[in-house]
Amino acid sequence: MQRAEQRDEVEMLAMMLLIRRFEERASQQYQARKIGGFCHLYIGQEAVVVGAVAAVRNDDYIITAYRDHGHALARGTSADACMAELFGKETGCSRGLGGSMHFFDKQNHMYGGHAIVGAHVPLAAGMAFASKYRGEDRVTLCFFGDGAINQGSFHEALNLIALYKLPIVLICENNLFAMGTSVKRSTSLKQIVDRADGYDIPGEIVDGMNFREVRDKLAEVVGSIRKDPHPAFVEIRTYRYRGHSMSDPASYRTKDELEKYRLDDPIIRLRAQLTREGKLTNEQFDAIDKKAKETVLASVKFAEKSGELPVEQLYEYGCYNGSKQ
Amino acid sequence: MREITYRQALNEALAEELERDPNVFLMGEEVAEYQGAYKVSQGLLERFGPTRIIDTPISENGFAGLGVGAAMVGLRPIIEFMTFSFSLVAFDQVVNNAPNMFMMSGGQFNVPITFRGPNGPAHQLGATHSHATENLYASVPGLKVCTPATPRDAKGLLKTAVRDDNPVLVLEAELLYSSKGMVEPPDEELLIPLGKAEVKREGSDVSIICYAQTVPLALTVAAQLEDEDISAEVVDLRSIKPLDEEAIFNSVSKTHRVVIVEQDRAFCGVGAEICYRIQKNIFDELDAPVSRVSQEDVPVPYNEKLEKFVLPNADKLIAAVKQVCYA
Repeated sequence: MQRAEQRDEVEMLAMMLLIRRFEERASQQYQARKIGGFCHLYIGQEAVVVGAVAAVRNDDYIITAYRDHGHALARGTSADACMAELFGKETGCSRGLGGSMHFFDKQNHMYGGHAIVGAHVPLAAGMAFASKYRGEDRVTLCFFGDGAINQGSFHEALNLIALYKLPIVLICENNLFAMGTSVKRSTSLKQIVDRADGYDIPGEIVDGMNFREVRDKLAEVVGSIRKDPHPAFVEIRTYRYRGHSMSDPASYRTKDELEKYRLDDPIIRLRAQLTREGKLTNEQFDAIDKKAKETVLASVKFAEKSGELPVEQLYEYGCYNGSKQ
Repeated sequence: MREITYRQALNEALAEELERDPNVFLMGEEVAEYQGAYKVSQGLLERFGPTRIIDTPISENGFAGLGVGAAMVGLRPIIEFMTFSFSLVAFDQVVNNAPNMFMMSGGQFNVPITFRGPNGPAHQLGATHSHATENLYASVPGLKVCTPATPRDAKGLLKTAVRDDNPVLVLEAELLYSSKGMVEPPDEELLIPLGKAEVKREGSDVSIICYAQTVPLALTVAAQLEDEDISAEVVDLRSIKPLDEEAIFNSVSKTHRVVIVEQDRAFCGVGAEICYRIQKNIFDELDAPVSRVSQEDVPVPYNEKLEKFVLPNADKLIAAVKQVCYA
């Protein structure tokens, strides 16, 4: 087992950069119409998933909503497989059958990519239920946005999770907006973490622009759950720099607000911390960034030259051992 | 063979599958301490304990989704809906999550889950508690739907459903829980494949295609018609999806006349699909237009007389048979 503090912070910074560069390139490829459907970018929120992944074991279960590119990359899914999925290619992490909102990677314990808001929280409950049923000490990390907390499935799942004392961390990535509706306009509570109170689940608020704070808080919570299965709720306050999806210019918020968060950028922040502590030089940072850009550029080439699933194989994916009925 | 009730047959199926595979668990409202709203899970809590026989709060969407998540990581949940009328509260999990996962994940995650419980109009329960859901669910790619009408089929189909690696809905017949029938002894493994119909009564003049609660109706009517020199063949579909086309075509090719008696509504109902397939594939075998007996196209009323009128009944079925036989 790899303990949180042993994960190299420079490597984690490199992962955050990879996600940032991947999303920038995805945006460009979307505009070039290489990517179809909806595309939701994770730019600005990188420290949330990278901090969380740094705090858990590779075999812990991770599940999230539709803004999922960062979660797959942080879990170890290759940029090639992620970009190919966006391109709808057979080499994609879901063979081109899921698309942007449905990234899956069983090998890396990434259980999706779920696009109905709140509907994956019961699934996460089931995964945590299975761990407890089998007597394993795995912990499930369930990510969702601030928009999910008013959905019925979320509330039903939280009650079941608390009732059955399931080993799960409920991670609300509060980026202040559910599509174009601010939390203030959607939620009766002053702070989201108070939702957990209604289910007797302990809750914490974490600064999602601070990698170290996310990692350390998650490590503490996960460690406690591993010893004795129980749920926990963490509201991670973050911000997405882009609109809800590629088609959203985000005119419902001010430039000043965006600038305020940009100045608090999670990548710049961790870079500054590491530089100050003598763990990272400017040259090293530039080299990491260059590598991230190259990896992403290569993923576009990989996706472009990959093939599509042949029509003849379609019904094999209709169901397990499937054939046309 | 011995005679047991439909309810006992389901109970045996659950017990045998729980015994066979430690990954199987039963979850739902009142399944454990209350012994099941319809007593299908009687005795299972005592035998298998609270880890595997699990009571839930009234949260269909929540526990149906919990089942799907548990199935994604290798357990084999049996999720009981107190009635499939309540499954509509969990529609998103049954329709959007369970059957979509395999395709969406590029074949990485299959969902071996069984959703089961009573389905179809019972007796004076009013519109909200009287839904026949088979046509809703059978129209969803990735879901399998079976509708046992006898204790033997109930046991054999439920056991097969639990072992299937995909989501399967076992739509039990609410009015038939206390009905009796001959079933193999417990020491003989009874598995009935999905997608295999059974001729419940041989006949030569007309094929009555039926399933679930319309099977006993069809058998009663067939016996009555014998007195009028009409020999009716009763084909019990047993599964709605996959659909046993071959059995339907074989029977119709023999009798050349068909009445479909379905539990659900005519509009976009199960019968519409069967009708299409018959005319598409064996048009020349037909000596009369295909006829259907279905629910009337209104929410099911509480009033007993009106409810009887809305549901398929013997009078309507006899009239339909005589019409296709030009009798």
